[in-house]
Amino acid sequence: MALLDKKHIGHKFNAFTTTVEAGKIRLFCKAIGEENPIYLDEAAAKAAGYRTIVAPPTFATAVTNDDPEKGGLLRLLGVDIGLILHGEQHYEYHAPIYVGDKLTCQQKVVDIYDKKGGALWFVVSDTEVKDQSGKPVVTARGITVVRNPDAGKN
Amino acid sequence: MATAQKYADLKVGDKMPDLKLPPISRHQLALYCGGSGDHNPIHVDIDFAKKFGFKDVFAHGMLSMAFLGRHLTNWVPQSQVRKLGTRFTSITWVGDVITVSGKVTGKREEGGQKLVDLEVRCTNQNGQDTLQGNATVALS
Repeated sequence: MALLDKKHIGHKFNAFTTTVEAGKIRLFCKAIGEENPIYLDEAAAKAAGYRTIVAPPTFATAVTNDDPEKGGLLRLLGVDIGLILHGEQHYEYHAPIYVGDKLTCQQKVVDIYDKKGGALWFVVSDTEVKDQSGKPVVTARGITVVRNPDAGKN
Repeated sequence: MATAQKYADLKVGDKMPDLKLPPISRHQLALYCGGSGDHNPIHVDIDFAKKFGFKDVFAHGMLSMAFLGRHLTNWVPQSQVRKLGTRFTSITWVGDVITVSGKVTGKREEGGQKLVDLEVRCTNQNGQDTLQGNATVALS
């Protein structure tokens, strides 16, 4: 039996809205070793030509991870979190993400396929992130790899 | 701070300055767990990691992708980044020393923008790539 069911291709998750907070960006920057003041200080961001404090490029992951129904992909697929690896991640940036933005995220499953005779499964999902005016700010594509715990067993 | 890269001055093959990072620490993984909202225990709980067949916890792929982002925004202003994508090609362990490098792979004008395509990667202390990525920036 296949580890994952391809019927989930096309599944849309519930959209959610999250507000971008300065403190969250500051913690994200501390974690990644980013010290550029445009991410930390409003005056520095404005001096560099931004409306206010801006988020670093991959802060988009903190936005999409703020889902109140976190873990929805794994629940949909019936997969244990210890069996997944991140295969690929792609971002297309349409506009900067600013502190105070209210961002709405909509994720959907776009493909499911396997490799190595079903030992590894790949789940492709896209997330559209739009700001409070409905304007797209980021398009994200993630590929989650699921290890089949029964691969190689008879 | 990002310096001013000019479209006309760049050519295919030009290298971006390397970004050398301190060794990955457990503390950094704990900070990234909270900072990114990726609470998968496999990155911070050694008991959990061992239960799933790993020798130790390992870094979030997205932490290394954030290093690609830092490398990029050291080179051009954030507002000029159009695309950043990567494949995660091998696991980054606690103690690994990552260097980020990149080079220009293409130049094109599209939709009124002057775009530069880049190949970016994270490489560990053994010379093994952990991330193989691509980026596109808009320049004047």
